[in-house]
Amino acid sequence: MSGVAKTGAVYLTADVLIIGGGPAGTWAALSAAAKGAKVVLVDKGYCGSSGATAPSGTGVWYVKPDQHLREEAKQSRFHLGGQLAEDRWMNRVLDRTYDNMNKLGSWGYPFPLDDSGTPFRRGLQGPEYMRLMRKLVQKAGVAILDHSPALELLADEHGVGGAAGVRTQTGQTWSVQAGAVVIATGGCAFLSKALGCNVLTGDGYLFAAEAGAELSGMEFSNAYAISPTFSSVTKTAYYKYASFYYEDGTEVEGAGSQRGRSIIARNLLEGRQVYAVLDQATADLEPLLRVGQTNFFLPFDRLGIDPFRDKFPITLRLEGTVRGTGGIHIVDETCATMIPGLYAAGDAATRELICGGFTGGGSHNAAWAMSSGSFAGEGAAVYAQRLGSHAADRLLRGLSSQTLDDHGKQDAKAANHVQEVVGAVQNEVRPYDKNLFRTEKGLQGSLERLDDIWNELRSHAVNRHDAVKTREAAAMTATARWMYRSALARTETRGMHKREDFPQQDNEQHYRLISGGLDRVYVKTESVGKEVVTH
Amino acid sequence: MIEVLSETKCVGCNQCVNVCPTNVFERVQDGIPVIARQSDCQTCFMCELYCPVDALYVAPDAEGLTLISEEEAERQGLLGGYREKVGWGKGRKPVSSHAFMVELSKRTNF
Repeated sequence: MSGVAKTGAVYLTADVLIIGGGPAGTWAALSAAAKGAKVVLVDKGYCGSSGATAPSGTGVWYVKPDQHLREEAKQSRFHLGGQLAEDRWMNRVLDRTYDNMNKLGSWGYPFPLDDSGTPFRRGLQGPEYMRLMRKLVQKAGVAILDHSPALELLADEHGVGGAAGVRTQTGQTWSVQAGAVVIATGGCAFLSKALGCNVLTGDGYLFAAEAGAELSGMEFSNAYAISPTFSSVTKTAYYKYASFYYEDGTEVEGAGSQRGRSIIARNLLEGRQVYAVLDQATADLEPLLRVGQTNFFLPFDRLGIDPFRDKFPITLRLEGTVRGTGGIHIVDETCATMIPGLYAAGDAATRELICGGFTGGGSHNAAWAMSSGSFAGEGAAVYAQRLGSHAADRLLRGLSSQTLDDHGKQDAKAANHVQEVVGAVQNEVRPYDKNLFRTEKGLQGSLERLDDIWNELRSHAVNRHDAVKTREAAAMTATARWMYRSALARTETRGMHKREDFPQQDNEQHYRLISGGLDRVYVKTESVGKEVVTH
Repeated sequence: MIEVLSETKCVGCNQCVNVCPTNVFERVQDGIPVIARQSDCQTCFMCELYCPVDALYVAPDAEGLTLISEEEAERQGLLGGYREKVGWGKGRKPVSSHAFMVELSKRTNF
């Protein structure tokens, strides 16, 4: 497939290509452009509405540069995360997040004012934030290709040099030759319909692994969010005001939004429906909560349910690595991977560096997206500029592990088959007794079935014009295999990773698990950076 | 899932076709767009926010259809309700600058 770079119907060259147009991708684009790089950004959907951030409100880890406040911020989730975060990384993310949020204010984000008239910058409303980011990216001269999922990276012996894909609204193929590529494709929620997450299918993990890059912390991939059974809205934070009941009206002992989520899961596993009602919120808090997360109330309002007074049935919806912390392993402060020319940012990159093995929701994730996006964009721009004019002469080939060709057309039977594959992968990662409560036996059984699915997917060629869903299926399969191989290797309970057969944290396993490989998945240990926060 | 695209309200600007992250809508030559891939809808409500004339209604159920009619959605005042709450549209103030955001943060640790 050599020379594939120039075969796309839409062919562009750039210094930096960004794959993914959520917060991490847009910050990467802005930062690369600010360094003078020519930037192209491709998004699977639409830069501005795609991904987990756009439809939601989110807190942001915005902490004034005051030593006491910063120390408190770093400690707040350090133990929850299994002591796997690194002090140096938390410092630089806190610094960069502070700068970026202040910039957003000066660029026109409508922050509310506090009592003293100072902009209050500890939160962002997704629709407003991402609409502004798109505008800023366009103003910076970045070319945006919407509805243009990537199918594979392009590379030569010197490293990664672009990507190729298809434009879903025109059917044309595209390819971008670039000095450096930033993967900002988000995490993987396995098409669970958690709010905004169905574009997040682990594509970037697969692309990175196909280039030879590694992943880190993939055992921290079993985040489940509380949501009404009838809704996609996954805003677990508000359930801190909830009481939980059985159908007969008796209370579910110990159930809760934070540590009590397991109790909800065990009840659901045993076939007992759990109901919630936000009856712990005082009446004066109700209007504040309604403004804080407008979309939380949308499903209730539309169905005529008063969530502060009426009990409603709940479920736990898989958010996988979107609210987990595993992702592409980064090897230096520019968010570079071990493959020259390849960078990772946002949920696509591991968040262990600031969260360890647990994130309590938006705050850290939003901070990581905007900070790692900036680091990666700057790093990629500098790298590409060093390549100079030779970058354009490279003869690149596609790296897809599935053969992509231009023959035949996908028929209905083949499309159904992809659906079945997705369903089979979901059957391994969604059930609470497989993914939330993990056991050696369960993980091994799942891995056998997932390995079979992978081998089957690998065995036949796909026409690149119809390849989007097949590639998503492959990415989800590969993601599940890295998750469960890592989960099998961590014979302890740490962060969000829970082993039923090893319920305690084991001090001997205070290390990272690095995984990788396609046909043969491997897992190895790596020590945590020395400058961890003590006590 | 997206359930209503009002043919009487739609002005054919195709914003929904542009912004839908999962490509549910399809342009129609010399006409208004159609809901072409309903089962791909992830129920994120973004199309409603971007529709300048409140011609769309996304029912909250992410898995199945409620089969609500346009008349019923209209009668219940559901069309455009989300956009109004977010404060998008002429003469509205974005909810992101609402003073309650500060108040909420004082009362909680979100």
